Amino acid sequence: MKIIIKNGKIIDPAQQIRKKADILVEKGKIVAVKNSIKDPNAISIDAKDQLVVPGFIDMHTHLREPGREDKETVLTGLKAAAKGGFTAVCAMPNTDPPCDNQAQVKFLIEKSNEAKLGEVLPVGTITKNREGRDISEMKDLKDAGVRAVSDDGDPVADSSLMRRAMEYASMLDLLVISHCEDQTLADNGVMHEGYWSTVLGLAPIPAAAESIIVDRDIKLAELTGARLHIAHVSTAESVEIIRKAKKRGINVTAEVTPHHITLRDEDLKTYNTLFKVNPPLRTAKDVLALKKGLEDGTIDVIATDHAPHLESEKEKEFDYAPFGMIGLETALSLCVTALIDEKYLDWPALVEKLAFNPARILGYPGGTLKEGAPANITVIDPEKEWVYEKDTVNSLSSNSPFLGWKLKAMVTNVVAGGRVIVKEGAVV
Amino acid sequence: MRQIKTNRGTRTANWTKKHLLGIEGLNEEEILMIMNQAEGFKEVVERTIPKVPTLRGKTIVNLFCEPSTRTRTSFELAAKRLSADTINIATSSSSFLKGETLKDTARNIEAMNIDMLVIRHSCAGAPVFLSRCVEASVINAGDGAHEHPTQALLDVFTMREKLGKINGINATIIGDIAHSRVAKSNIWALTRLGANVTVCGPKTMMPKEIEKMGVKVVYDLKEALDNADVVNVLRIQLERQKSPLFPGTREYVRTFGINKSKLDKYAKKDVVLLHPGPINRGVELSQDVADSEYSVILDQVKNGVAVRMAILFLLSLSRKGKKAKT
Repeated sequence: MKIIIKNGKIIDPAQQIRKKADILVEKGKIVAVKNSIKDPNAISIDAKDQLVVPGFIDMHTHLREPGREDKETVLTGLKAAAKGGFTAVCAMPNTDPPCDNQAQVKFLIEKSNEAKLGEVLPVGTITKNREGRDISEMKDLKDAGVRAVSDDGDPVADSSLMRRAMEYASMLDLLVISHCEDQTLADNGVMHEGYWSTVLGLAPIPAAAESIIVDRDIKLAELTGARLHIAHVSTAESVEIIRKAKKRGINVTAEVTPHHITLRDEDLKTYNTLFKVNPPLRTAKDVLALKKGLEDGTIDVIATDHAPHLESEKEKEFDYAPFGMIGLETALSLCVTALIDEKYLDWPALVEKLAFNPARILGYPGGTLKEGAPANITVIDPEKEWVYEKDTVNSLSSNSPFLGWKLKAMVTNVVAGGRVIVKEGAVV
Repeated sequence: MRQIKTNRGTRTANWTKKHLLGIEGLNEEEILMIMNQAEGFKEVVERTIPKVPTLRGKTIVNLFCEPSTRTRTSFELAAKRLSADTINIATSSSSFLKGETLKDTARNIEAMNIDMLVIRHSCAGAPVFLSRCVEASVINAGDGAHEHPTQALLDVFTMREKLGKINGINATIIGDIAHSRVAKSNIWALTRLGANVTVCGPKTMMPKEIEKMGVKVVYDLKEALDNADVVNVLRIQLERQKSPLFPGTREYVRTFGINKSKLDKYAKKDVVLLHPGPINRGVELSQDVADSEYSVILDQVKNGVAVRMAILFLLSLSRKGKKAKT
C-alpha cells in the first residue's frame, strides 16, 4: 500500500528540516520526501496548512495489560496513543504480573502486532517481580525486546541494589528509567507539601522526596557509567540537579509530563481526585522551572505517564483514590498551550521532545522523516480548537481533569505500520 | 412558643449557604450570623423544657466514619432540641465493612428522603466530596486534618461570650497544628473576625507555610502565652502518631504543656483557656489547670449545642429558599 501526504509543512528535527513537501510511503517506509509527488495508486492525505512530523514516542505509558484489562488494554491504549499522535509507547512494567521475564515481553509484542496501530516498546523491570530485592534477568529481557528497564511506580529504595542494577544494565547498554521518590520521606503523602497541603489538610509530600533520589541516581550513574533516564521530573530542585549533572557530562536524560507543566498544587482545592498524581502537582515556581528546563535542553523529553484508572476508583475520598491520570490524547494540545504559545519552545523543539529525543534515548529507529526510515508520521492542524469530551475518549478509562477543556492543536492524520491509523481526527 | 431571639440586627434572611464544609468558605458576616443565631438558641437550651419545633419533620443523619462522642452527641442533641428526627450511623455498624463506598452509602441514605447529612471522616475533603454526590445539606463534623467548622464556631462563640469581642483580641493556639482540623478552622474564624492569632507547638507539628493563613508562628511557650487573651490548647493525639513527632511525653509536657505555674508566670491573669476535648490530663493540660477558673471547657460543650442548633437552622433556610449556593 502506498500513501502520499501532500502539501504539508514538514518538520524533522533529525535533519533540521522545516519545509513544504510531500511524503511518499511504501511498504511501511518513507521512500521519498520532495515536492509534487504524484501516484494514482496511492492513498492521498491532504495536509495543506498542516504540520507533518515524525510520529510521537511516549516514553511513559501504563497499558495495564496484563492484570487490569478493565482499565486499559494494549489495544485501547494504542488507540488513545494514535489519537494523540503517538506511534510508539513504552509500556511500563508495573502490570500484574510485572514484565520481568521473556514471556511477558513477547506477550506485549504479540498484542502490539495484533492491534495494527502504533507499536508497544516493552520496558522490563529492574528487579524481579518489581519487589526491589533481586536484579531481574536483564539479558533475557533485552534479548526478548525491552527498550529499557524500570521499576516505575516505585523507586529501587536500596541504594546498593540500584548501584548493582545500574552496573549490570550498563554492561548490556540498557537504559535505566528511574522513578525518583524517597518513599520514607513521601510517607503516604497525597499532595505537594506547601501552603495548599496545609489548608487542605492533606498529607504532604515534600519536594525533597523526589530530588534526593534524582541526586542519588545521578551519582550512581556517575559511579557505574549507566545510561540513566529520570522519569516524570516535577520539581525545580530536580531540574537544577539534572542541569548540573549534564554540565559535568554525566549520561543522564529526563522527562516531564504535560500535566506537570499545566497544573499546580492549588488545583487540588476542590479535592477532585482527577488531579491526584504521583509525583504530585507542584507550585507555580516548579512549573516555571520545568518549562525553563525544557527550553534550555535540561529536560529532553515530554512523556505522558498515562495512567488509566476506573471511575469507581477515582470517585472516592481523596486519600483512598489511586494516583494517576490518562494523558495520551491531550499531550500535544497541552504542550502547545504551555510551551509554544508561551514561547518556551518552537515547533521543531517540541517535536524533538516528543519524537526525536525519545527515539535517540531508546535507540529506536523512528523519530525522523528521513527517506528509508519507518513510516511513523503524524499530521497536525496547529490552530484547530477542540473540546476533550468523555464520550470521545479512546482510552478505556476517562480519568482526566482536562475533560471539558477547550484545547488547541489537533492530530488529524497518523500513519504507522504502513497504514493510515488516524484519519480526519478519528482512529481507524 | 416564645420567639427565638436574633441579636445585633443580623438578618437570617441573608443566609444562602446550603452546606457547611469549612470556615474557609464563610465570610465575616456569615460567621457572625451563626454566632448571633446561637445566642438565641442558647436561651432555648437553658429553659426547663429546652425544645422548639423549628425543624419538626426534618430528618438529619449523623454519619460518623470515625469515633466521636462529644461532637456526635452534641449534633444529635442540637437536632432533637429543634424537634428534627435524627439517625446515627457509625462506621462499625455500617456497610463500609461490606465494602460499600462512601458515595453509595450517602446516596442510599439520601434515597430515604433526608434533609441533612452530618459527616465525620478521617479523610480530609470527604464532606466536600459528599456535597457533590448528594442533594442534602452536608455539614462537616470534622474531616481529617482539614477543618472542624462547628468546633471553631463554638470556640469563637465561647471566646466572645467571655471577652465580649473577637476583633483585636490576641488568641493563641498550642499543640499539633499540622494534624489539627480544630486549629485550621479556628485560624480561619479568628482571622476573619479580626483577632491576632499566634500558633505554637513543636516544629515537627507545624505545617508548611502556615504564616500565609495570617498567623504568627512561635516555638517558645513563654512567647505564645505572653499577652494572650485566650489560649486554645489542642489535644495531643498520641493515638495518631505513626512515627513520633516529638521525643516523648515528658519533653512535650515540659516544653509545651500548660500548668498553673506557667500560666502564673507568663500569662495574663484573666486569660481564658479552651480545649476541644477530650483532654489528656497531665500532657497538654495539667490537672490543676483543666479544672481551674481559667478553663471554660464545660462552657464550650454547652455552647456547642446552641451553635450546632444555629447551623442546622440556618442551613434549613437555604434549602427552603431560592437557589442554594454551596
